[in-house]
Amino acid sequence: MTETVLDILSWILLCLGGCFVLIGGIGALRLPSFYTRLHAASLTETMATLLIFAGMMLQAGLSLATLKLAAIMVFLLLTGPTASYALANAALQSGMRPKAGRLDGSFEGEQT
Amino acid sequence: MSDISFQRGKALPLQVAGLLLALMASWLLWSGIYKPLLLGLGLFSVVLSAWLAQRMGFFRHPISLRALLRLPAYWGWLLQEVVKSSLDVARIILTPSLPISPTTVELPAATSTEAGRVILGNSITLSPGTVTIDVHGDRLLVHCLTRESALELKELEAQRRLARLELG
Repeated sequence: MTETVLDILSWILLCLGGCFVLIGGIGALRLPSFYTRLHAASLTETMATLLIFAGMMLQAGLSLATLKLAAIMVFLLLTGPTASYALANAALQSGMRPKAGRLDGSFEGEQT
Repeated sequence: MSDISFQRGKALPLQVAGLLLALMASWLLWSGIYKPLLLGLGLFSVVLSAWLAQRMGFFRHPISLRALLRLPAYWGWLLQEVVKSSLDVARIILTPSLPISPTTVELPAATSTEAGRVILGNSITLSPGTVTIDVHGDRLLVHCLTRESALELKELEAQRRLARLELG
C-alpha cells in the first residue's frame, strides 16, 4: 500500500520535473535575448533538478543510493548558479549590456 | 607575486589535515569499494582537491561551524522562494503575450565576508527569474526577468536571512 503511494508520488514528481525541463526549453526558444534566456535555463537547472531528484530519492527508498542522490543534488544546486554567473559575467565583461530598464527606487546611500 | 600569495592565504596544518580527512572519509563512504586501485585514485583526488582548494583561497575564508548548522533553515526558506519564482517564470513563458519587463537592479550585499557574498549571489541566481550578473565590492548587479521580481529583491529579504545565518 505505502509502496504504491510512494510510487505514485515519485512519478508525479518525476513528471512535474520533466514538465519544468520542457518549459525551460520552450522559454529558451521564446525569450528574446541572452540575459532573459538565462532565466529559462535556471528553471531547468533549479526546479527541474529538485523535482527529478526528489522523485528518484523516493524510488531509491531509505538506502545509500538516496544519500548519494541527495549529495549529487546539493552539488548541482551549488555549481549551477556559479556556472550561470560565470556565463552572465563573461557576457557583461565582454561589453554586452543587457537591454533592460533600471530600477530607480533607491535604498539608503544609493548613487547610480 | 605577493598578490597571489594573499589570494591563496595561509593554510594551517590542522585545517589542511581536517579537509583531507573529511574528503577521504566521504570518498570511502561513497565508493564502498576498497580495492588498491580505487583507494589510490581516491587519495589522488583528495590531494588534488585540497591543493585546488588552497589555490582558490579556501583556507582564507573559514566558515564557522555554527553557520553550517543554521544552513538547513536558510535552505528551507530558499526552497520556498525557488518554488514561488519557478511557477512565476513558468507562467510567464507559457503566456502567449510573453509579459516580460527585463530590469537590472543594484543591491547592497550587506555582508562583510566573501563567503556571505557568494551565498547571496548564488541564492539570487538559484531562484528563477533573477540572475546575478556582476559583483563589485559589496554591490551586486542583478538582472531580473520582470520589474516585479526586481522590486521584490529591493526588499532585501535575502540579505536579512543571510545576516541571521552568519551571526544570529
